[in-house]
Amino acid sequence: MAAGWILMLAAVAMLTSLPSRTAFCVAGLAVEMLGFLLLTRTHIPKRKKRDV
Amino acid sequence: MSEIALPLFLSLLIPLALVGMALINTGLSRSRNAAHSVLSSLCAAAVAVLAFVVVGSAISGVAGQPAHTIQIAGKDWGWSGGGQLFSHSFRASDTHGLLTLIFQLFAVSMAVQIPVASGAERWRLTATCLSTAFLAALLFPYADYWIWGGGFLSQLGSSYGLGSGAIDAGGAGVVQVTGGLTALVMAWLLGPRQGKFTADGIPTAMPGHNAVIVLAGSLMALLGWIGLTSAGAVLYYNADSGQVLAAVINIVVAASGGTISALLTTRTRFGKPDASLTANGWVCGLVAVSAGAPFLKIPEALMIGLAAGVIVVFAIEVVELRMHVDDPAGAISVHGVGGIWGLLAAGMFVDRDAAVSGQFLAQLIAVGTLLGFVIPLAYSANYLINRFVPQRVDAAGERQGMDLYELGAGAYPEFVTHREDFLRR
Repeated sequence: MAAGWILMLAAVAMLTSLPSRTAFCVAGLAVEMLGFLLLTRTHIPKRKKRDV
Repeated sequence: MSEIALPLFLSLLIPLALVGMALINTGLSRSRNAAHSVLSSLCAAAVAVLAFVVVGSAISGVAGQPAHTIQIAGKDWGWSGGGQLFSHSFRASDTHGLLTLIFQLFAVSMAVQIPVASGAERWRLTATCLSTAFLAALLFPYADYWIWGGGFLSQLGSSYGLGSGAIDAGGAGVVQVTGGLTALVMAWLLGPRQGKFTADGIPTAMPGHNAVIVLAGSLMALLGWIGLTSAGAVLYYNADSGQVLAAVINIVVAASGGTISALLTTRTRFGKPDASLTANGWVCGLVAVSAGAPFLKIPEALMIGLAAGVIVVFAIEVVELRMHVDDPAGAISVHGVGGIWGLLAAGMFVDRDAAVSGQFLAQLIAVGTLLGFVIPLAYSANYLINRFVPQRVDAAGERQGMDLYELGAGAYPEFVTHREDFLRR
């Protein structure tokens, strides 16, 4: 998640046009969401399988 | 004198939001935890004020005063305020700085209520205070400085032409998202309440013990939010009287819209309207509109509120059913998700001096910053706290109730419940 945040800040600092900044900021947000998803999955307990 | 009267009066309304949030949290808890819930709210507010005065105020600083910056690609990025510990940098002659400090003390007290809500019924009081101290001393002040205090998020407009920089008049990001993300972290670390999820992962209903105080708290919170948003607009965005009046109208309209949309959504989904979710819709409307309330038109505020009411109902379901997170008061959805929606909605609808190009991107960067900063730090710090001071009460205490186990006395001594808890086996 921190990496995605840094990617967003780098996009603002290094790029000049609004469309490219937006694209890379969205990419940074996507990286953050990936980290968030992984963190969420680690906290979902494994369910006991039912015997059908 | 006249220039301090309005922001001072508005700031003094904010504690009503604290009372409202405490009542909502307590009402949505079970009766065996009622006293502990409201005591946790009180202690969290007290610890937050002290931690902010000692450490946080040095980081949050005051806009226009010296700050710590770093140079990146030829531009100054403000990363921390330049204040002193124990609020020594505030002078009696600096009325604006003192007004800002008053506002910040109430705002941080509000932010720390949100994790208390998500940790209800199982979060030990000592651990609550330690975690709150960290939130108030470090997490909140950085968010405060970056968005309100002249930090890099507020500078996105002047430095990089992104609209007017990140806009957050009433703390949708600084207070609500920061608190909401911390609430999520605490819910993860504490785990669900006993019996909340079956072995198959199906959540069971654990209704609150008093819907009346939940709904009354929601109404009381309205006044607090009016104070928070209006005072923030005056102190940080130099809002004139017309914008303050617009903020009040927009806040009421958005809360009403959130209530109605939550009511209709729950009625449609479940056959009958749900009182607690409707109350959450009211508060989510308040949260969502707070970012841009002084700068919105009434139809825009209404749309934001209506959307917030729908969003919160579905967000609560996602958090509970998909993420398997136990959040007794829905704080993560109301404040975290609602705050994120509020920040983004402000970027979509706010029109300040027609310089709106890049405004939405600035809000997006603010959201990304809060996500990337708060969750890793809050998780690390609270994980570390848990190694030394167990955050969660033990199983016997949870079953007996936090009131009796931690406080030795219940909130409702006339009601005798769980008699078998008092008999040794």
